[in-house]
Amino acid sequence: MDSRESTTSRTDDAGVEIPYQRFRPKRYQPRMSIFWWIHKKVYLRFIIRELTSVFVAIYAVILIVKLNALLRGPESWEVMTAALATPFSIVLHVIILLFVVYHSITWFLLAPTATVVRLGRKRIPDSAIIAVNFLMWLVLSVAVGWIILAV
Amino acid sequence: MTRYGPDEHDVLIVGGGGAGLRAAIAVAEANPKLKIAVISKVYPMRSHTVSAEGGSAAVIKSNDSLDEHAYDTISGSDWLCDQNAVEEFVNEAPKELLQLEHWGCPWSREPDGSISVRSFGGMKIKRTWYAADKTGFHMLHTLFQTTMKYDRIHRYDEYFVTSLMVDDGRCQGVVAIELTTGKINAIAARSVILCTGGCGRVFPYTTNANIKSGDGMALAYRAGVPMKDMEFVQYHPTGLPFTGILITEAARAEGGYLLNKDGYRYLQDYDLGKPEPKPVLRSMELGPRDRLSQAFEKEHEKGQTIEGPFGPFVHLDIKHLGEDVINEKIPFVRELCLKYENIDPVKEYIPVRPVVHYMMGGIHTDIHGATPLEGLYAAGEAACVSINGANRLGSNSLTECLVFGARAGKAAAENASQGKSFSRNLEAIAMDEGRRIEKAYLSNRSGKTKNSESIVTIREEMHQAMKDGAGIFRTEKSLKESQNAIQELQDRLLRTSIGDTSYTFNTELTSAMELSYMLDVAEAVIQSALKRDESRGSHQRSDHPGRDDDKFLVHSLAYKTEKDLPRIDYLPVTITRWPPGERIYGR
Amino acid sequence: MESVTLQVLRYLPEEKSEPFYQDYDVPFQKKWVILDALNYIKDHVDGTLTYRWSCRMGVCGSCGMMVNDQPVLTCETFLETYLPGPIRIAPLSYFAVIRDLVVNTDDFLGKVKRAKPWLITDELKPVTEGEYRQTPDELKEYKQYSMCINCMLCYSACPIVGLDPEFVGPAAVALAQRYNYDSRDDGHGQRNKILMDDDGIYSCTLVGECSVVCPKAVDPAGAIQRYKVTGAVEWWKSVVMPWKSDK
Ligand SMILES: Cc1cc2nc3c(=O)[nH]c(=O)nc-3n(C[C@H](O)[C@H](O)[C@H](O)COP(=O)(O)OP(=O)(O)OC[C@H]3O[C@@H](n4cnc5c(N)ncnc54)[C@H](O)[C@@H]3O)c2cc1C
Ligand code: SF4
Ligand code: FES
Repeated sequence: MDSRESTTSRTDDAGVEIPYQRFRPKRYQPRMSIFWWIHKKVYLRFIIRELTSVFVAIYAVILIVKLNALLRGPESWEVMTAALATPFSIVLHVIILLFVVYHSITWFLLAPTATVVRLGRKRIPDSAIIAVNFLMWLVLSVAVGWIILAV
Repeated sequence: MTRYGPDEHDVLIVGGGGAGLRAAIAVAEANPKLKIAVISKVYPMRSHTVSAEGGSAAVIKSNDSLDEHAYDTISGSDWLCDQNAVEEFVNEAPKELLQLEHWGCPWSREPDGSISVRSFGGMKIKRTWYAADKTGFHMLHTLFQTTMKYDRIHRYDEYFVTSLMVDDGRCQGVVAIELTTGKINAIAARSVILCTGGCGRVFPYTTNANIKSGDGMALAYRAGVPMKDMEFVQYHPTGLPFTGILITEAARAEGGYLLNKDGYRYLQDYDLGKPEPKPVLRSMELGPRDRLSQAFEKEHEKGQTIEGPFGPFVHLDIKHLGEDVINEKIPFVRELCLKYENIDPVKEYIPVRPVVHYMMGGIHTDIHGATPLEGLYAAGEAACVSINGANRLGSNSLTECLVFGARAGKAAAENASQGKSFSRNLEAIAMDEGRRIEKAYLSNRSGKTKNSESIVTIREEMHQAMKDGAGIFRTEKSLKESQNAIQELQDRLLRTSIGDTSYTFNTELTSAMELSYMLDVAEAVIQSALKRDESRGSHQRSDHPGRDDDKFLVHSLAYKTEKDLPRIDYLPVTITRWPPGERIYGR
Repeated sequence: MESVTLQVLRYLPEEKSEPFYQDYDVPFQKKWVILDALNYIKDHVDGTLTYRWSCRMGVCGSCGMMVNDQPVLTCETFLETYLPGPIRIAPLSYFAVIRDLVVNTDDFLGKVKRAKPWLITDELKPVTEGEYRQTPDELKEYKQYSMCINCMLCYSACPIVGLDPEFVGPAAVALAQRYNYDSRDDGHGQRNKILMDDDGIYSCTLVGECSVVCPKAVDPAGAIQRYKVTGAVEWWKSVVMPWKSDK
């Protein structure tokens, strides 16, 4: 009859709280502060990881700008490279590199949660999946580096 | 304050454990038109069935037969069970467990994908289905999740039942407190099924969860329904000393040894067979629980147990099974030992001792789960059909919850389908109940404090009385003393007044009411034990050793009386094909 | 005797509109878990302190609370771990509090139900035909996800649950996966729709704490990530081959 009507918190139209009415206890709904992520280390680390994606995005935008400059012809490319050589840009790139590396590392460390791989009857241990990811990262980086330097 | 509203159901199930949920599904499948509700003082998945570890018995393999299962059960019960009930039970057991498999229960498997079975105490053939050593957990969650798909099964979660509404000679519902608000509700139903589980908390050391206070037994008892065979209380031989947490029989079934203080497998001295390195069915560590617990007591008298801060104990040794078997077959045992005793059973002995585990007795029902009171049914540990007699075999009770839960569900559905109308009196009955509760426990609310007794002291004294008087071995003297103590505590409970007068989630109120249920159950246990002048199964009278089939091949029925001690009546045991014989183990 | 202070966050809706901390001193005992200390308070100090518990062996899932800001099962967390104290005890985070340490469970069960955690089969096999065959390897596929005791600790570890109360949450997805990976089940199509919804798995930003606090090693974070992969594949399939997508 009444199990369902008795549970929500009550304020009157003006938002003033109504005191306890028998059989209608108000539930306390805790509110999350905007700084919830400061109190716990794990949450802080999580927020930093989330923030690093902003830098990943910034770099992606820079890349698009570069491509655009390339398409527009040698003149805009000159302007572009000049802008890239400024100290500001170099500092920015170093920061971006650091964050992107941080992002990649945390991402690879999380990879095993999403991938369950089996070899025969045995599940491949998490550490192996992480290792394979890092190895591929290294191999690709070296390959890309080699291409760039060779050209 | 008490309201009687439009809360009417055809079938109301009290209890959301294995028996209750199975009954609910049975009703839903029996008649799609019925209005069904499950009421439970905890969320169903918290029910005590969740703690069951070892497994659930049913004949499935070709080397086994229904008759073998029946014989093991009957001899295990010391011939006190009703054989017609056992025959129905073993017959329906495989279907019920298969049904659970079809609902998704993750039973452990053989390499070919068929069901895997393990040995269990008192069983001559391996027939215990298991889901590692969390069988009850998986069964309960499978059942609970399956009930979720029936929108017709309404749930009253965290409602505490305080009494049955009986009028016109039939049970027509219950009165219950909605814990979150404190409102006292009358919930009407054409059939009520009590599936409220056991009452291990009447004793101080038990494997049972905090919620197992015999509520349903006391509710029925107060409504005039007899409690059957209450003197038979099962001690499990292997509980952890401090917490009473159970180390499942599966640990012995997989090959564990019980050792006394000299590292000697002492069971060989108690007519339980010869020690072999590998487990032998129906022998030694795989003997029945009553005999093993009694052997422990005898060994203690001889001074061959180990003294600990929480009483004597012996050792359970599973080291020789090796880490792989332990992790594969009994991982929970290892988890519990590591967590609660800081012991790794892969390398160390587990300290164990007998603790109260299971109630063979319960609400008197027939083989359809019907009680003598029209409209009232019971199933599971709260009920006594009886298939357990004087001693239950491990892994029979989970199966019992399913078989007799389903049967009670069907019978209750049939009764409800007659569509009888409700009495006009129900509202008045509910109002009276509200006033009773207020007066009995909450006089503090109106400031009229009585010279208050603490429920904690009463509970502790009850524990002491049950431990001293109604333990593994009993005498007339010890039982009489305990009965006096319990009667005195009953009086004192009338004088309590609890400190918490709140309406919202008042657990002090429910504890006090649980205590009153437990005292009722306790008086029935003691009185039935006092009147049974023989030793049978788990009921051992030092002053009357030996079984007396001439006088006591009967069930005890305890009836509540107004002011006096319970009245004990007897009912003959049904024998079909297995005349009483000697219980032989290990020979 | 040595003693420890427990600072318990209490909420009494009939008296105050806000929770408050109350200190209790309890004797220290080596064998005691946090729950034993609470029971000591309830029995000997203050009978009005309110919390849930039942099995006291870590399997019924009733006794979850925040202890020093970390969600734990109090029946399997020893006092000793937190010496010398004081030990802060609060109701599970993000849940609405009914009284003291008791929180609302109904929303959680509603989310579990949304995930359709029951076996869905295309064809019903009669019980008389015996069991569905399932090899130990097939059992292993989902076994881990079937170990969830519904203790709700993972919800209290997940800030997304706090930020978006409608988020279906870790345990519910783990239970969906428990059936999705069951060789007997054909219901993933039905569950897919719900889990891919708003408030479904894509609300998860992989904080990963749910798996850290889970007392039964269910790894709900893994369940969600694996679902994201499956979900993405399903989505592409439905784009490339719309005629083959699940109804
Ligand atoms: C540690 C342990 C291990 C076990 N292992 C095994 C095993 O391996 N094999 C085996 O066969 N058996 C085993 N058993 C026995 C078996 O688990 C129980 O007999 C069985 O689970 C009882 O189930 P039930 O449905 O009757 O009651 P329960 O599961 O106890 O459920 C009782 C229900 O009634 C409700 N209830 C009670 N009182 C009230 C009230 N006043 N108002 C509202 N609701 C109420 C409760 O909320 C609960 O939902 C074990 C028992 C224990 C203690
Ligand atoms: S997934 Fe783990 S933490 Fe979450 S409810 Fe289940 S058992 Fe508890
Ligand atoms: S009391 Fe059951 S999990 Fe803690």
